[in-house]
Amino acid sequence: MSPHIMTDPHPHAAPPHPAQTPEKPVWTLEGDSSAPRLVLRGSWSVQDGGMAPFPPDGLAQAQSHGTLTFDSQGVSGWDSAFIAFLWDVKQAASHAGLQFDPHGLPASAQRLLALLPDAPAPNKAADRKKPPLLERVGEKSLNVLNETGTVTELALETAQGACKTLTGKSGMRLKDLATDIWNAGPSALLIVGVVNFLVGAILAFVGLVELRRFAAEIYVANLVGIACAREISAIMTAIVMAGRTGGAYAARISTMLGNEEIDALQVFGIPVSSYILLPSILSLGLMMPLLYIYGTLIAIFGGFVVSVSMMDISPLGYLNTTFEGVSLTEFVFGFVKSFFFASFIALAACRVGLRAGRSAADVGIAATRAVVIGIVGVIAMDAIFAVMATVLGI
Amino acid sequence: MNAADTIISVRDLGLSFGPKVIQQNVSFDLKRGSIFAVMGGSGCGKSTLLKSMIGLLRPTAGQILVGQEDYWAQNDKRRTEINHRFGVLFQSAALWSSMTVGENVALPMEMFTPLPPDVIRRLVELKLGFVGMEQAIDLMPSEISGGMRKRAGLARAIALDPDILFFDEPSAGLDPITSARLDDLILTLRDGLGATIVIVSHELPSLFAIADDGIFLDAKTHTPIARGAPRDLRDHCTIPEVMAFMNRQAEISPTDETKG
Repeated sequence: MSPHIMTDPHPHAAPPHPAQTPEKPVWTLEGDSSAPRLVLRGSWSVQDGGMAPFPPDGLAQAQSHGTLTFDSQGVSGWDSAFIAFLWDVKQAASHAGLQFDPHGLPASAQRLLALLPDAPAPNKAADRKKPPLLERVGEKSLNVLNETGTVTELALETAQGACKTLTGKSGMRLKDLATDIWNAGPSALLIVGVVNFLVGAILAFVGLVELRRFAAEIYVANLVGIACAREISAIMTAIVMAGRTGGAYAARISTMLGNEEIDALQVFGIPVSSYILLPSILSLGLMMPLLYIYGTLIAIFGGFVVSVSMMDISPLGYLNTTFEGVSLTEFVFGFVKSFFFASFIALAACRVGLRAGRSAADVGIAATRAVVIGIVGVIAMDAIFAVMATVLGI
Repeated sequence: MNAADTIISVRDLGLSFGPKVIQQNVSFDLKRGSIFAVMGGSGCGKSTLLKSMIGLLRPTAGQILVGQEDYWAQNDKRRTEINHRFGVLFQSAALWSSMTVGENVALPMEMFTPLPPDVIRRLVELKLGFVGMEQAIDLMPSEISGGMRKRAGLARAIALDPDILFFDEPSAGLDPITSARLDDLILTLRDGLGATIVIVSHELPSLFAIADDGIFLDAKTHTPIARGAPRDLRDHCTIPEVMAFMNRQAEISPTDETKG
C-alpha cells in the first residue's frame, strides 16, 4: 500500500531540523491489508495548520474484520486537531469494517477519543420544510383570532381591575402605581415638550411660507392651533410614549418572565393583571391625555415663537386668533383620542411582553415589537377616529 | 514543587467593594495539571475571587501572577491575550441566547483564529462530541435543558484549547447522576487536554471526588483559613469552621445546592 502524505507531497523534502520549526503532521498507512497500521509523526496542533481530514475511503482497500493499529511515537505535540483526525479515522475504520485498536495512541488521547460518539450528528438544518401556503394562512388566521380574544380578555380584566380600584379592592399596590405614573408622566415632560415645540415651529414655518402668498399670515395661528390640538400633538405624544414607555413595559415584563417572576406570581395566585398590567395601563391612560394637553400648548407656543420672530405678527394678535380659531371641541376630541391611544399602547406592550420567550434575545424582540405595534396601531386608530369624526360631524 | 510547575500564583490578594472587605491576604499557587477548589460558605467571596482571576473585577490589593506576568498590571489588550489561555464555565452556562449551540462554540474560534469555516465546523462537532452534545449543534439554548446547557457551556469553554479552566459552581442545579457524570468529564478533559482547573463550589461530594488542592475562605474573618485537598481537610483539619463545613455533609446526606 502506498504511503499517504497529507500536507506535503514530498516528505523527504521536509526540513532536516524539525526541532526548530514545528514538524508538519504526517501520516502513512503501513502493514498489509489485513492488519493495517497507521504511523503518525509530527506536531498535530490547530495553530500549526495541522487540521487535516482523513479521507472517508482512506481504508477502503483494507480487508474487513482486520484490525487497525497505531504507531504514534513520532508525534511531538498534539491538541484537538489530532483528536479530530483520529475521529475521522475511527469513522472510516467502522465504515470499512475494521476493528479500531487505539492502544498505540497516547493515553490521554484514548480517553478523549472514548468520549466521542461513533459519528457526528447529521446536519439537520436543511430538513426543515415550509408547510403549504393554505396551512400557513390558516395558522396565521387562527393566531390572529386567538390573539384578538386574548387581548380583549386582558383589556376586560384590566377594566374590571380599574373599577375595583375605585372601591380599593383591586390588589394593586399604590406604590407601583405611583412609580409607574412618575415614569409615564413627569419624567416624559422634557422629551414630549421638545418634540411638540419643534413640530409646532415647523408647521408655522411651512404655513408662513405658503400663506404669505395670499397675505394671510395671521391664519398661521389657526393652522398650528387646529392641527396640533386635533391631530398632531396627540399622535406625536403617542409615538414618543410608545417608544419610551411601551418599549420599557415590554422589556420589563419579558425580563420578569425570564427570571420566573411571573411564574412566582401565578403560583401565589396574585393575578398578573392587577399586579403588573393595571398599574402600567392605568398610569399611561391617566398621564398621556395630560401630556397631550401640555404638548398642544407647547406646540402652539412653538408656532408663536416662529411667527412672531419671523413675521410682522403681533404677539397679542397671534394669541387672539388662536383663541378664536381653536374651539374647545378640538381639545376634547384630542383628549379622548389620547386616552384610547394610551390604553392601546400599554395593553399591546404588556401583551407582547407576556408572550415573549425567556432569553435575552427575546427581550429585544419583545421591545421592538411593542414599539412597532404601538406606533402603527396609534396611526391606524387615528385614521378610524378621523373617519368617525367626519361622519358624526365633530 | 518548582517554579515551572506554578501556572498562576496569587499574592496577598485583597478584594473589596468600596469600604466592604470581601477577602484579604489571599495567597496560593496553582500547580500545572491540578484541580484546585475554592471552598467556603455562602457569601464568603468565592465567586468574587474567581472574577478577579478571570479579569472581571480588579482586586484592591495584591497581585495575580499568570506565568511570570502580573495579570492586573497589564493593559487591556495584553489581558485579553492572556484570557485566551482561560476557559470559563459560568454558573448559569451563559450561552448567548441569540445563537445556536454550535454557533456559541464556534464564535471564539471565528473571532480569534484564522481557521476556515469547514475546519471550525469540524472542531465544533469535536468539542460538542467531547461533552456528548453533538446532537444539539443546531438547537437554540432555550430549547435544551439546564444540564445540557452546562455541558454546552463547557464545550464553549474548551473551544480555544485553554490551559486553565475556571468552573463557577459546575454542578449547581444538576441532579446527582448528571453531576457525577460532569465530574468524570472534568477529570477526562483535564487528563486529555492537559489543562489546569479551578473550581468554585460547595458541592462536597464532587470536591472530594476530583479536587486535589484547594483553599478555604472564611466569611467572618475575610481571610483564607485552610489550604489543601478537600479530602485531606475533611479527614485531618481541626479548624472548627472547616470541620463544620466538611462534616455537615457526613451528617445530613443529600446535596446542598445553595449558591455562595
